[in-house]
Amino acid sequence: MLNRTAENVARATPEPLARKVRGISDKGLAWLFISPTILLLLAINIFPLFWAIYLSFTNYRANRPNEVVKNLGFANYQRILGDKDIWIAMQTTAHFVFWTILLQTLIGFTLAWLIDRKFRGHAFWTTIILVPMMLSPAVVGNFWRFLYEPQIGLFAYAISFVTRIPPTDIQMLSNVSLAPWSIIIVDTWMWTPYVMLICLAGLRSIPEYIYEAAEVDRASNWRQFWSITLPMALPFIMLAVLFRGIENFKMFDMVNLLTGGGPGSTTEVASITLKRQAFESWRTGYSSAFAIILFVAVFGLANIYVKALNKVKQR
Amino acid sequence: MSLTTAHSVVAPSANSKRIAGTIIVLYALISIVPLLWIFATSFKTPPDSIAYPPKILFQPSLEGYCNLFTTRTRQTPDYINSLGPATGFCDETTRKRNMVIAGPSNFLPRFVNSLIIAFGSTFCAVFLGTLSAYGFSRFKVPLADDLLFFILSTRFMPPIAVAIPIYLMYRELGLSDTALGMILLYTAVNVSLAVWLLKGFIDEIPREYEEAAMIDGYTRLQAFWRTVLPQATTGIAATAIFCLIFAWNEYAFAALLTSGTAQTAPPFIPTIIGEGGQDWPAVAAGTTIFLVPILVFTILLRKQLLRGITFGAVRK
Repeated sequence: MLNRTAENVARATPEPLARKVRGISDKGLAWLFISPTILLLLAINIFPLFWAIYLSFTNYRANRPNEVVKNLGFANYQRILGDKDIWIAMQTTAHFVFWTILLQTLIGFTLAWLIDRKFRGHAFWTTIILVPMMLSPAVVGNFWRFLYEPQIGLFAYAISFVTRIPPTDIQMLSNVSLAPWSIIIVDTWMWTPYVMLICLAGLRSIPEYIYEAAEVDRASNWRQFWSITLPMALPFIMLAVLFRGIENFKMFDMVNLLTGGGPGSTTEVASITLKRQAFESWRTGYSSAFAIILFVAVFGLANIYVKALNKVKQR
Repeated sequence: MSLTTAHSVVAPSANSKRIAGTIIVLYALISIVPLLWIFATSFKTPPDSIAYPPKILFQPSLEGYCNLFTTRTRQTPDYINSLGPATGFCDETTRKRNMVIAGPSNFLPRFVNSLIIAFGSTFCAVFLGTLSAYGFSRFKVPLADDLLFFILSTRFMPPIAVAIPIYLMYRELGLSDTALGMILLYTAVNVSLAVWLLKGFIDEIPREYEEAAMIDGYTRLQAFWRTVLPQATTGIAATAIFCLIFAWNEYAFAALLTSGTAQTAPPFIPTIIGEGGQDWPAVAAGTTIFLVPILVFTILLRKQLLRGITFGAVRK
């Protein structure tokens, strides 16, 4: 039976192809398989990166391609590191990353911990909770502008219903102190399920016999949580935090659509500054230097992330 | 004490289950409200959509969908009366607002662009990813870990930073605002996910299958084609859906690198405006049509979701 299948399969392979490839060694095949991917990444990622590095030392402007390009040395980098606006944008980014991660981890872990009680219907409700994170941040973020509209928006209406603040006063997107929170709320709504899902995997990876042993030792629930549940789920929580950290460091879609960096520059995160410099002021050289600085920062984060990832994998 | 009772010692009590269930259901319901609101708004008339207090019960209307697919111009009542009888529902609704349909809107072409670019890039990424993943999984590749890290690290770059040189490069190559340019770019972004995910899936297929096939006289390539690929179908399908969702949802590159012929739906939908600002029912209609495929895929994928979002790091 097995033999016949093998024969059929062997016959199914076209003879010229079979003859041609029989000669390829494993090593040759390995490179044949891997090189297209590497070539594509070299062309679309690495070549442009080196181009950006070159541009970062010049005063090139993409909207004036015929102007003579001057070599500026490290002047762009020096200007960025001394630019107050850039530092404010970095602070704004850090502020966003901190609050979104804090909220998402707290809520996400709590939800995972509750779902782990395995009440009836938990699989169905988990799927419902997961929906927001699969959607396009841009398209859904755009719709949140409508929910945030003072008076006619559902969000403003719900808040005023609860707090009795007149709905026209709830200017989520145009109030300087509320605008950052409007973005944090949407980001938390969207990505808490992500943290929850990873935490849930962490909780489910804890073998039951450890709890049984703790029960035999008469450890209180409180004690079990702090000395078994939390430490054993921690690598997973860390993984989620790092993933969200890198993603939110790059945050662009939602901010661009909800506030566009405004009012003023209160929600201007690094990506928005970069977009304004590169595609509105057309300071290509200057913005390339800023992009390179961001690369280095993200690359550092990525390195830490991969190390943590390997740690989780070893378990 | 028997094993079954020992088990029940650590099982959550009925009471704690009930409390947990209530909180989770409450959270799920609240978190789904914005999506239900999008869906509801798409069936409202423009006046209903901006009513205060927000209308929960309303007379459903397809006006949002009409406005999504058409462009309209305001006309005098005399002119409208001079026209023949209305052809179809949309024509009639538009005339009631003292307007006439001027032509189709850009939504359909933008939606088709999204389809072409998402499917094209997914096919390329999964094709390249499957080959590389097999290469990394089965052969001793020099510097394999460094190459894998390199492949992953390309995913961490902020899209705006990548977009600056890509913008210049595409301008030189004539790829600006073309579907081909977007497919290449999305393939490059997605291939990292595809390689990492598929490597995990292929690692799980026992090598013995191929070895047995090769002893039976298959070449390595035949063994790959006839034994590994059929076994990796689930993994390949899941990976393809993840790539599809990314390309479908992508906004930053699309907003910066496309403006006309190759523009996809995400940068287009926020620009749908009616008279006096955003036409929210039309935006909601476009959003609904745009989100439905993703909802279907999310339900199909729910068992593989965890793996996909962590690049294969967490499996179960």
